[in-house]
Amino acid sequence: MHTAPVLDISSLRTVFRIGGRQVAAVQDLDLTIAPGETLALVGESGSGKSVTSLSIMGLLPRKVGQVTEGSILFRGKSGQVQDLTRLDDEGLRRIRGNDIAMVFQEPMTSLNPVYTIGEQIAEPMRIHLGCSHRKAAAAAIKLLEDVGIPDPERRAGQYPHELSGGMRQRATIAMALSCDPVLLIADEPTTALDVTIQAQILDLLQKLQDERGMGILFVTHNLGVVAEIADRVAVMYAGRIVETGTVADVFTHPRHPYTVGLMRSVPRLGEATELRRRGIPLPTIAGSVPSLVHLPTGCSFAPRCPLAIDACRAGVPPLYETGNGRKSRCIRWQEV
Amino acid sequence: MLTYITRRLATGLLMLVALSMLVFILLRLAPGDPISAYINPNVAMSQAEMDALRARLGLDQPLPIQYLAWLRAAASGDLGFSIQRNGVKVLPLVLERIGPTVLLMVAGLAIAIVVGIAAGIVTAVQRNSATDIGFSIAAFFGISSPAFLTAILGLYLFSVVLRWSPSGGMLTPGAPFSIGDLLAHLVLPACLLSIGHAALIMRYMRASLLEVLNQDYVRTARAKGVKEFWVIMKHAVRNALLPVVTLIGSTIGIAVGGAIFIESVFNWPGMGLLLINAVDTRDYPVIMGATLIIGACVIVVNLLTDIAYAAIDPRIQVA
Ligand SMILES: Nc1ncnc2c1ncn2[C@@H]1O[C@H](COP(=O)(O)OP(=O)(O)OP(=O)(O)O)[C@@H](O)[C@H]1O
Ligand SMILES: [Mg+2]
Repeated sequence: MHTAPVLDISSLRTVFRIGGRQVAAVQDLDLTIAPGETLALVGESGSGKSVTSLSIMGLLPRKVGQVTEGSILFRGKSGQVQDLTRLDDEGLRRIRGNDIAMVFQEPMTSLNPVYTIGEQIAEPMRIHLGCSHRKAAAAAIKLLEDVGIPDPERRAGQYPHELSGGMRQRATIAMALSCDPVLLIADEPTTALDVTIQAQILDLLQKLQDERGMGILFVTHNLGVVAEIADRVAVMYAGRIVETGTVADVFTHPRHPYTVGLMRSVPRLGEATELRRRGIPLPTIAGSVPSLVHLPTGCSFAPRCPLAIDACRAGVPPLYETGNGRKSRCIRWQEV
Repeated sequence: MLTYITRRLATGLLMLVALSMLVFILLRLAPGDPISAYINPNVAMSQAEMDALRARLGLDQPLPIQYLAWLRAAASGDLGFSIQRNGVKVLPLVLERIGPTVLLMVAGLAIAIVVGIAAGIVTAVQRNSATDIGFSIAAFFGISSPAFLTAILGLYLFSVVLRWSPSGGMLTPGAPFSIGDLLAHLVLPACLLSIGHAALIMRYMRASLLEVLNQDYVRTARAKGVKEFWVIMKHAVRNALLPVVTLIGSTIGIAVGGAIFIESVFNWPGMGLLLINAVDTRDYPVIMGATLIIGACVIVVNLLTDIAYAAIDPRIQVA
């Protein structure tokens, strides 16, 4: 794809103030998303995936979290490119829900329990598109139909507790798409759902993307989901991107030991039962994610890495170009 | 909905019967002979005359019989006669006092709700600011100072020292009725009555809103581009109100107690004043009648708050 990207982040650094000291939850982060493209952001819990999405949205917890370096260039619906890190609160608010929309992990808690589904879907259209109540309500019903909710008129008048989890996630997707955003950020949108519903939601997202052509930043720690939905993948570890590339490349020939470990710890179909039957524990990455407060010097992954050598601990490795647009933050990527 | 209200009213009626029984027993357990209230101490009375009076009033009967007799009469709307006011019927006497009491309580409650909720919102949104700390200290004093103390201090300060307000009563005696005159008399006692309640509501509202502001759906609202003002007022406040409504419903009883103090301090012609005078003079029928009516009011208000709760929260199915 050679169109100008909707999102172009460079050298992003987001810090949190925890007990008087600053801790970088995200650093040296570069990523781009083209229109119609899906980029998956994967990594273990605490690697900074959600902080990245909240930095884009300008929804970091006030006073505590802050972007301190880098730029987030965003091409809105109008085609105008703006740096989101330089916009004021009002400027960001106009973009949120309008040009960039977000779907969250918990469909049970991310809808307001005291307003109807229809009202919650209609709200962004009234705010951003200046729709009348009646027009927005009609559009909300149409959106419910688009996301595959049967009997949309009735559902629009119901409250969140009257819908199942899968249904609610469809409703939040309808809400996110109401203003026809150019970028959709989905932070673990299927993690809370059971497997069959998960597959339906992924299909739905893909169908909607084909129809509308928005870029998607898909946050997940499930590699199976990545294979299903994403064009490209960025693997995060301890606040940094350690490997990026197309899904096909990264999955067939990972160029970073962390990616290799991640993929090993996802058993292939039937493999888990086979291993368990033979009494062999499921493979995991030895050790645990380092605390952001005490990051090791050099490569953050070195303490857990089977390939680590002294040179790894000398300094943080840069992102090496490994061919075909791929990058790896490993000095020994050729040997992986 | 209708069946729900009917059922609630029926249980309310049972509670009233239980209340009347309790008050009846408590009154009879109080030391002293009830007959003494009927006797003029300046007129000598023989034992035979006393027994005759006792029999006429039914006071020679066993307690359960006495109670049932009272209950039967009460059920037909006859609450007996006041002892102290020479045969004035209790029911009209009590009914006449309801208006002023309800006025005072509704005014006090309305002030408490508006001030408490507004202060709760401000302090939660500006958590740990000077405003927040100031309000919290004020609320601490509001909750911990007893009603009789605030009533007397308030009366002294605003009526006696500052002369902003009349020092008692509901209307200026002799003057023609006017709303302005009524309000002038109402403001001070209603404000004083509201203090404790407002402080309590503020604290609940603050805690509840702080919790709601951490909820995912508030983040969703922000992610939709809702203006921060409406994130608070539309998405958070309505959810935060739920526990506060329950609190208001369950503390109405406390407000009644406060109102009784305020009425006696401000000479407000309501039920509280009536009740205190009746207790002073051992006017049993009036005590029974007044508690019964106050109890009925509390039950109805509780029902109203439950209905309000169902109106705010669609998850509550009233059936
Ligand atoms: N509100 C906050 N206050 C302080 N630190 C925070 C806050 N939110 C996140 N962090 C820090 O940022 C780090 C990354 O968090 P983040 O939520 O981005 O992880 P994640 O990759 O989304 O993990 P998960 O898979 O569990 O969602 C955390 O380890 C934490 O130390
Ligand atoms: Mg996360």
